[in-house]
Amino acid sequence: MAEERKLKVIIAKPGLDGHDRGAKVVARALRDAGFEVVYTGIRQTPEMIAETALQEDADVIGLSILSGAHLELFPRVVDELKKRGMDDVVLFGGGIIPKDDIPQLEKLGFKGIFGPGSSTLDIIEWVKQNAPQRAA
Amino acid sequence: MATDLAKRLLEGDRWALTRVLTHVENGYTQGLDELRDLYPRSGRAHVVGITGPTGSGKSTLTGALAREYRKRGSTVGIVAVDPTSPFSHGAILGDRIRMQDLTADPEVFIRSMATRGAMGGLAATTGDVVTVLDAAGKDVVLVETVGAGQDEIDIADTAHTTVVINVPGAGDDMQALKAGILEIADILVVNKADHPAADSVFKQLHIFTDLQRQEGWDVPILRTVAHKEQGITELFDALQHHREYLSESGRLEEMRRHRARRQLLAVAQKMLLERAMGASGGERVEELVDAIAAHKLDPHTAADRLISAG
Repeated sequence: MAEERKLKVIIAKPGLDGHDRGAKVVARALRDAGFEVVYTGIRQTPEMIAETALQEDADVIGLSILSGAHLELFPRVVDELKKRGMDDVVLFGGGIIPKDDIPQLEKLGFKGIFGPGSSTLDIIEWVKQNAPQRAA
Repeated sequence: MATDLAKRLLEGDRWALTRVLTHVENGYTQGLDELRDLYPRSGRAHVVGITGPTGSGKSTLTGALAREYRKRGSTVGIVAVDPTSPFSHGAILGDRIRMQDLTADPEVFIRSMATRGAMGGLAATTGDVVTVLDAAGKDVVLVETVGAGQDEIDIADTAHTTVVINVPGAGDDMQALKAGILEIADILVVNKADHPAADSVFKQLHIFTDLQRQEGWDVPILRTVAHKEQGITELFDALQHHREYLSESGRLEEMRRHRARRQLLAVAQKMLLERAMGASGGERVEELVDAIAAHKLDPHTAADRLISAG
């Protein structure tokens, strides 16, 4: 049997903004690139996102946020993931995120941040390059 | 217990559960080892299939039903299957959106699966994923199929009780005469029952069940409005009745033996083929393919040679 694993990506919207066009476009683009994509819907708490990642055994999580609460919510998602032993998940983010905030998010583990105007091809390429080659 | 993850899973470790599900879903060797450890601990859960056309409310109904089970103190596993794109081989798994409020409940475990090319409404390894959730101690496992048309009926071979959802406005009484998905229903549901056309679907289904009776079990036809949680208690009760009927009538035992035989033969067939291919290699296959294509050898004799060589 083939031991090659399909990668599972979770696209989630933390916080209270209800604009998920971007998240849906990214989810669809990743689907078209051959990933299995779980879209959580809007208004997710950090606990809900981490719990979804656990139940789905996610390889990658992309957080989309437009409300400006990323410095508040992204670290809480990371904490909740750690609590559940999901510390090998690759993280990226998107939405309205000021340049000055990016170093702080990178330190948290968000190595890819995609703002307005990002190309879906760049996001796909980034996910392909950074997705974990987990042993199992 | 040979595998550490299986042991941790049985102790209630949800991280171990999710990893085992991944191993089993992907058919890894270690997944087979874990399944070997877990199989003797399975067989307790009531496995309920939820099927019906795209947009009929399967996910919403599954979510509502899960809440009803939780109210009664049962633990719940949910396996939600969505289709894989035949072109990109990717998938969007979106069933969880209708079950968001369940995410916070540690006694509910939801796993999404893509069909990965399987045509029967489930993925090839959905049955094994159900076995793992069962072994993990879930009292009920709800299996939601892809949006089903007429012929996606694998669920009837996986679930103990199959719920087929119908919606108003999807065709005339001719549809109820055709063979296929209605025939596998142990319980029929008319969802979106607050729609004006719901009555006519209800009547058509009555005509269908009058013509086609299951021995010893009258297929109930229930009305639900899943997003308003209407009719869910009645559905829960019908599921309990069916479960009691299965064990009291001996049908459950019959079902177990029938499935055991089917699984044994299916796996044996696959193994034989893999062994034959492994022993003689792809070259032998190509030689035989050439001979058949050139009409020098018939497929039956060729297959016999392939297997005998193994």
